Amino acid sequence: MDVLYFAWVRERIGLPKETVTTDAETVSDLVAELRAREDRYDLAFSDLSALRVAVDQELTDFDASIKGAREVAFFPPMTGG
Amino acid sequence: MRIVVQETPFEFGAEAEAFANGRHDMGAIVTFTGVVRDFGNGGLDTMEIEHYPGMTQKALETIAAEAVTRWSLGDVLVIHRYGRMEPGEKIMMVATAAPHRKDAFEAAEYLMDYLKSRAPFWKKEHATTGETNWVAAKDEDENALTRW
Repeated sequence: MDVLYFAWVRERIGLPKETVTTDAETVSDLVAELRAREDRYDLAFSDLSALRVAVDQELTDFDASIKGAREVAFFPPMTGG
Repeated sequence: MRIVVQETPFEFGAEAEAFANGRHDMGAIVTFTGVVRDFGNGGLDTMEIEHYPGMTQKALETIAAEAVTRWSLGDVLVIHRYGRMEPGEKIMMVATAAPHRKDAFEAAEYLMDYLKSRAPFWKKEHATTGETNWVAAKDEDENALTRW
């Protein structure tokens, strides 16, 4: 699946998008896998209350399933308007 | 219903005029425009707005569609820009048309509250000093959603 990062999450991890092969069942499982990779991921995901997630471009929660998902995006709370 | 996400500037007057024109059954047109605001000391060079292409249009359509189900509306317009803008530039606008003003006002406020916190845009300030800052979401903006 494609994993996307926006705003300071993108800057902290250092890339806007990557393809990830995973057996993770939920967003939280995926986050745990990413955090185990490298410090920059661990840092970016250190405070989940400061992050939001979208699965297939729909806002959802960290306990949401990602089975069969094509796209998961992580970003800070939105500041539109 | 018209939802536009674009990098280029828009003409507020022309958009508002076009939106208001030719409606014989709508007694109220409400518009709101968001403008890039300087810190107050001339310290803001530009505001950069990042968005999530693919999700942005859908998220705005969902918010606008919900407004149409909650209030008696004839039409809704949302224009939201991304990219870099200078102080004084218009970032976005919403317009609502309704038979009566209460619906038009409330729907416009609802649209603004939701697109502040539920549309995938992120603002980054570039100061004249060269420093940058991602604008943090405010608790009051999140709390504003509970009134709907």
